[in-house]
Amino acid sequence: MLQFLIVLAILAVVVIVVTGPLRSASRSPSTDAAGGPEVDDNPDIADLEAAREAKYREIRDAELDHSTGKLSDADFEAVDKTLRAEAVEILHALDRAREKH
Amino acid sequence: MALTGRALLILGLAVAVFGACASLYGVRTGRREWVDCGRRSVYTLAALMTLAFVILESAFLRSDFSFNVVAGHSSTTTPTFYKMTAPWSSQEGSLLLWVWLLSLWSSLVLFLTRGKVREIVPYATAILLGFGTFFLSLTVFYANPFATTSNPPAEGAGLDPLLLHPSMMIHPPMLYSGYTLLTIPFAFAVGALITGRLGSEWIAVVRRFALAAWLFLGIGILLGARWSYTELGWGGYWAWDPVENAALMPWLCITAFIHSIMIQEKRGMLKVWNASLVLGSATLAIIGTFLVRSGVLDSIHAFGASTLGVPFVLLIAVMICASIGLIVWRRPQLRSESQLDSLLSREAVFLFQNVVLVAMVFVVFWVTFFPLISEAVTGTKVSVGPPAFRPFIVPLALVLVLLSGIGPIIAWRRVTVANLRRNFTIPVLVGLTTLVVLIVAGGGTSSRPLALIMFGLGAFVITTVAQEIWRGVSARRAMTHDPVPIALVQLIRRNRRRYGGYIVHAGLAVLLIGVAASSSFQHSSDVTLAPGQHAVVNGYTIRYVRPLASATPQKISFGAVLDVSKGGKHVTTLTTTRGFYPAQDPTLGIIGRFFNGSADSNVGLRAGITKDIWTVINPDLSPLQSLITKGDRLFAADESQIMSRAAKVSTQQTQQSLNALFAQRDLAISGLTARFVSHPWSVNFLLIVSPLVTWIWLGALIIAFGGLIALWPVPAFARRRAVARAGAGRRSSPAVAARETA
Repeated sequence: MLQFLIVLAILAVVVIVVTGPLRSASRSPSTDAAGGPEVDDNPDIADLEAAREAKYREIRDAELDHSTGKLSDADFEAVDKTLRAEAVEILHALDRAREKH
Repeated sequence: MALTGRALLILGLAVAVFGACASLYGVRTGRREWVDCGRRSVYTLAALMTLAFVILESAFLRSDFSFNVVAGHSSTTTPTFYKMTAPWSSQEGSLLLWVWLLSLWSSLVLFLTRGKVREIVPYATAILLGFGTFFLSLTVFYANPFATTSNPPAEGAGLDPLLLHPSMMIHPPMLYSGYTLLTIPFAFAVGALITGRLGSEWIAVVRRFALAAWLFLGIGILLGARWSYTELGWGGYWAWDPVENAALMPWLCITAFIHSIMIQEKRGMLKVWNASLVLGSATLAIIGTFLVRSGVLDSIHAFGASTLGVPFVLLIAVMICASIGLIVWRRPQLRSESQLDSLLSREAVFLFQNVVLVAMVFVVFWVTFFPLISEAVTGTKVSVGPPAFRPFIVPLALVLVLLSGIGPIIAWRRVTVANLRRNFTIPVLVGLTTLVVLIVAGGGTSSRPLALIMFGLGAFVITTVAQEIWRGVSARRAMTHDPVPIALVQLIRRNRRRYGGYIVHAGLAVLLIGVAASSSFQHSSDVTLAPGQHAVVNGYTIRYVRPLASATPQKISFGAVLDVSKGGKHVTTLTTTRGFYPAQDPTLGIIGRFFNGSADSNVGLRAGITKDIWTVINPDLSPLQSLITKGDRLFAADESQIMSRAAKVSTQQTQQSLNALFAQRDLAISGLTARFVSHPWSVNFLLIVSPLVTWIWLGALIIAFGGLIALWPVPAFARRRAVARAGAGRRSSPAVAARETA
């Protein structure tokens, strides 16, 4: 009997927890049940931000490669120029996506 | 509590099914609240499985033999640590462990991705809950860990003696963590393919979990190797056992992925390849799980034949078909955004390395499954062992080590010949010098050229890593004027992925040097010695000093003390025993079952940085057989007499008579065991002197350390501060912004 009651109690908790968002939605429409941090809700922006971070990492990697002698000055200049141009493209795309959004 | 446990499994199954459906419904209809229901289902599943696992654990700790799994895998005399870890020695408990870990890692990934990859997460949630549904279905319908008996035995069968080893108890949770973590990149990859959101964001999520899977799986594999070396009594650490291979294949696959994903991040290349790798890794993990549980292949690791084979085959088929279908469907979006600039670039090295790793997976897969295929085609089962793997794996491993040394010292996109010269000169010199010195030290010739090449390549790799770290520290000190230790810490801290990876490469080199040395230059001898006699192995004199014996109702053991000396000087004393656990089969005899049950070995091991001296005893008990047989006859007669009088006397009197008989039995067993000491006979020893085995374990530790560094997240506050600065800084230049995010 005790086990049966325990199971019933667990079942009740499970139903309340799992269906919570459905009840919240009926009271206040736009709720993020996960309570996450504020982020841009547009996937294109999120993709571009991730691409931006990756490009910054690449620029840093190139600088580190240059400072540790893996890239000559001429090669570094060429690579850095290319990477910065790519980064600027991403930043422009990000600006456009934010304006659109 | 068994009823509660079973109810939790059924409830968990219902939650998993509901959550998967809710996620899919929510994302298809755009109703966010249903997606959140799916997310909460994952968290709830984790809570339910935690409760279920606690119930199972408490049953083991209480030695509640009404639980079938407890009766079958534990006993009142099992040490507490092993009682706690015994749940996953059974098919049922290990399936529960699988689901529990899956739910925990799924909860973690959903927590960490809240607010991110919003289009992909619902599909990923559905897939993760789909895996949960599958494994919970197995526990609910096929292998119930909470099955009970109304007639519990007074004592359990105990844990398999071979599993009474710390490595073996940590090994399954590590391995299963690796397997379950592989489902996360799989789920997100499928979600990305379904939604067509194949940009950079999902890679950032997936990469860390792929690395975590790689780390846990690698630790699990190496713990298994350690157990094999110290417990199984054959003197080796890797037997190319099918179950070992089943863990190795996804590990090789995910190793390839965590390298090639960098190319996709930087250059937008290899998208089809990466999708295939991440989907393939998880599929191989499920294949590995299938191998252990279906009984299709013979293995010391397997749970034995079961009815679980068919469901697993269906799941694997679904995963393979879905993976291929999704990749073919999304091929246009998976086209590379750029091309390889130069064959002299890190991208090219990573590409070659990927090809080598996948080739290794293919070799291991083919040779492992060959017996099965052969049996299906010809009807004859063929067994394959290490000699079938070595001709292919060794050359591939050599190429892999070479590439792991080249990768760190070659730049992305392109390098010039002058730079190659600058970066390669010292490491190549060190590698070649090492090779030449070893050849000369070996007398100018070697019967193990591949091993020597591995030593040279290992020296090359270690030197490249050391050179990279030194140059990085120097570059940092030029900017900050920090002392060397601080500059080193800051360098690694600000470039965790890079330097964590370098440390892993160094660890791999150390490990493979150990493997090459121990497998190529091992000296072993299988000898039969009487007390006082000795054998010589690789210049070491190993003398059998005296026998050992002990007997308890739980275990009898026979052992030996061996003295090891070299050049007349004492080196070490080794003790080795072989333990026998009583069998439950009464037909083996009242005395006989104590000498014919499961056995395990305690090896005698002296581990050193340069070599291991290893021994195991394999006592032949036939000199005792006539006494055992006589004892069986006498005790059987006595027992028969007691039982024939049982109807005429009280139960208490019968029990007293039996107790007295068992006490006599125990004395007889002690006496028989003691004969091994009082009247010793010649016994068989396997004696091994093996160089650099310790380097394998050291290399493993270095790899784990490097992996942890690479995996360690940047603190959130530092990330937010960097993003804020980058946002302000980008108005000046991306380079400034890039530095700000360091």
